[in-house]
Amino acid sequence: MSKYYLFQDQKRCIGCKACEVACKTRQGLHQGPKPCSVITVGPKWVGTLPKAAFTFMPCFHCENPWCVAACPTGAMQKRPEDGIVFVDHSLCVGCKTCMSACPWGAPQWNPELGKVDKCDLCYDRVDQGLKPACATVCSTHCIHFGTPEEIPEIRRIRHAKAQAQE
Amino acid sequence: MNEDTTLVGKEKLMREEVYSLCFMCSVRCPIKVTVENGQVTFLEGSPHVPDMAGSLCPKGAAGIGLLNDDQRVQTPLIRSGPRGSGHWRQASWDEALDYVAENMKKIIDSYGPQSITLGERQQLSTHISKTFLKALGSPNHFTHDALCKGSVNTACRSLFGYTDGQMNVDYKNTKHLVLYGRNVFESVTVKGTNQIMQAMDNGAKLTYIDPRVTVTATKANRYLPIRPATDLALNYALMHVILKEDLYDRSFVHKWVQGLDELKNFVNSFTPEWAEQETGIKAKEIVDLAREISRDKPKVIFHYGYRGAHHANEIYLRRSILILNCLMGSVETPGGIYFKKGPGEVGGKPARKLVDQDLPKPEAIRFDKAGTPDFPLPDPAHGVAQYLPQAILNEDPYPIKCLFAYRLDPLMSMPDTQTTLKALEKLDLVVAIDINYSDIAWYADVILPESTYLERTDCVQQANSLKPQMFLRQQAVSPRYDTKPGPMILKGLADRLGIGQYFPYNSVEELVQWQLEPTGFSIDDFKAKGFVSYTDKQIFWDREKDLKLKTKSGKIEFTSSLLEEAGFKSFPEYKTPQIPDKDNEFRLVVGRCVFHTHVSTQNNPYLNEILSENCLWINDRAAARLGIADQDMVEVRSPVNSGLIKAKVTNMIQPGAVFMLHGFGHQAQAARRSFNRGVSDAMLQENISDTIGGSPAFHDTFVTVHKVN
Repeated sequence: MSKYYLFQDQKRCIGCKACEVACKTRQGLHQGPKPCSVITVGPKWVGTLPKAAFTFMPCFHCENPWCVAACPTGAMQKRPEDGIVFVDHSLCVGCKTCMSACPWGAPQWNPELGKVDKCDLCYDRVDQGLKPACATVCSTHCIHFGTPEEIPEIRRIRHAKAQAQE
Repeated sequence: MNEDTTLVGKEKLMREEVYSLCFMCSVRCPIKVTVENGQVTFLEGSPHVPDMAGSLCPKGAAGIGLLNDDQRVQTPLIRSGPRGSGHWRQASWDEALDYVAENMKKIIDSYGPQSITLGERQQLSTHISKTFLKALGSPNHFTHDALCKGSVNTACRSLFGYTDGQMNVDYKNTKHLVLYGRNVFESVTVKGTNQIMQAMDNGAKLTYIDPRVTVTATKANRYLPIRPATDLALNYALMHVILKEDLYDRSFVHKWVQGLDELKNFVNSFTPEWAEQETGIKAKEIVDLAREISRDKPKVIFHYGYRGAHHANEIYLRRSILILNCLMGSVETPGGIYFKKGPGEVGGKPARKLVDQDLPKPEAIRFDKAGTPDFPLPDPAHGVAQYLPQAILNEDPYPIKCLFAYRLDPLMSMPDTQTTLKALEKLDLVVAIDINYSDIAWYADVILPESTYLERTDCVQQANSLKPQMFLRQQAVSPRYDTKPGPMILKGLADRLGIGQYFPYNSVEELVQWQLEPTGFSIDDFKAKGFVSYTDKQIFWDREKDLKLKTKSGKIEFTSSLLEEAGFKSFPEYKTPQIPDKDNEFRLVVGRCVFHTHVSTQNNPYLNEILSENCLWINDRAAARLGIADQDMVEVRSPVNSGLIKAKVTNMIQPGAVFMLHGFGHQAQAARRSFNRGVSDAMLQENISDTIGGSPAFHDTFVTVHKVN
């Protein structure tokens, strides 16, 4: 597993997709590939209130990434130092095996290059001490980046506050 | 600006950070622009501004898409075929400006300077275009404001003597926020969105009122699916309960309000039970809301609206919302609404504006007659944009022969596009100052392409608020194409028209230095963070002693001298809004989404990829009755036009209304991603106005819908 964690606080997410756009512009991607995406489900009625879910889907940078195992050319790689999974375009032949292998649909097809793009946690930014584009630009600060120990205990704190206010 | 290296040629090498202001919409969020080898490589919200802290909305994040778009206007263009044919010849700036100036001279010689009009979306350089028209002797500068919120402006003046632009709300400290279709989580301001999130994390309640479920509705603690056009009835009933049960802030109201007894008498008959019949909201819910809100007073906000252009009685709806705030005492207090403070509050001086010069006073009245006895109350500083087509067609009050459309598209922003087109046909000269191939640019005789916000410095933003500040939009990269900043385009014309003396600058940077002279700040003071502050402390006036109200009485005028002296009532008789009288007839309701700004971003490659087309929301039961299934193509027909659009069948909208997003259905072919995608709401809307407040009534058009095969 990557040593990093992208935590989405769904309660704050408004499904605005600023993360998607920032991710694409940082990678210089045009129409098609979305290395991260927010999927809106709903709204649907829950009692008298309409509710919707806004689910943030980047790459989860698995411990044993199926995409890396499936890649026949060694293009899909995992950084030994932090477990970030990324694709080396110079080795990618566009066979799409990684896209088939990933249970989450994280590897994305880049029609201009005929190769795959994916969330690389903006490792160039991370190496400079910055947050990934999605977590930097998120319009409501609902995407948190860090090691799991660094992510604030948002849900516990909110629950405690809600109880205290009752 | 933090540079890693030096200037070589026009581009800076390596990496630098420029603090600036976004301009993907009109909110002006402070941003940090990362530039590497002359290319913008990253955009983020300014880390130095609280509640931004990196955040951007998707439009802001898509700024690079605008900058590098090869489908925007790349050089000055002069029309070479019939209007709207898309036949252009490229021109040099000298040639294009000569052409425009010569044609303007002919028009002025024949018809006088008042025949020249200029409409724009209010922006940082608006004082330049106002100066341009005044120097010519024309009163006919108008902004897009009336189309958005003219009646909100008038309502605010009728109660406080301040315009809506001189007021704001303190989301962060509020305990209960009530929104009437103010869709804060889709029609976003980044700071505001974060402040509301913080307030909600601290336990604030959100009540959302709208005939349609929006993202904001999905985040609300209470959602009231109101019958379309009946918000006023809801508010009168809320007032009824608040006054009957003594739930109002007595000390604040007795100190500051004029006309409480008149209000009491007026709302006496508007019971919650009556309002239930009008609005479809249960009487008990209305009573509960009034009681619950009053427990949190004065830290409550009834939001008076961003867009306030829905109905012909708009001014009275906006007044009713503001009056509810006054009853709660939530005026000039943390967590309520407040008046913006300028630098004078702390002994500072504002930046100069070009209009501060001694300029000639135009002799003619405005084309829209705003500020005359014929149309006394709309703010003449903005005018009434939607009156332009009839003024041109009827030559009333005089012939109009030239229109500059500066970042404003009358074809897609004003109601009834066909009539607007007929009016434009009567003009001798149509000039578009625009970045994109908007529909009006496509129609124009000449396009003068403006540089994007990332390619130019702009005039100073005087950011009055609880803490007065100034912000500066600073150039990050050189123009990608042969474009210029607006102030340089207008100066180029002014020099050719013999009014160059009013434009004493050779670059926008020089203009900014001139603006800053009295302030004690210099342009270099903006480099580090993009803004300067006059004070570190929030300023609230002492509401026990002096609210500094600017009304005639010095009070908050429930009984308004502004209205009554102009011959209008403070509390006119309530009329039940028209309801559809045929099975397939609906009230057409429009709105915004988070992915697009008005009519200007639909061709942005990133935003177009997310949403390229609008659809027609229709209630599922109504659709079933008409045999319409989700995704069916339907014809939507209004009294002025019709269009084909996909239906979105949903139980998330009230049966009496259909809804579509504003800003789609572009007709400019050069903007290939947005061309002919979806239907333009402006094309369907009738040109109906609130004739007191000045807004168009965008939600007072009724349409019929039927399935097409």
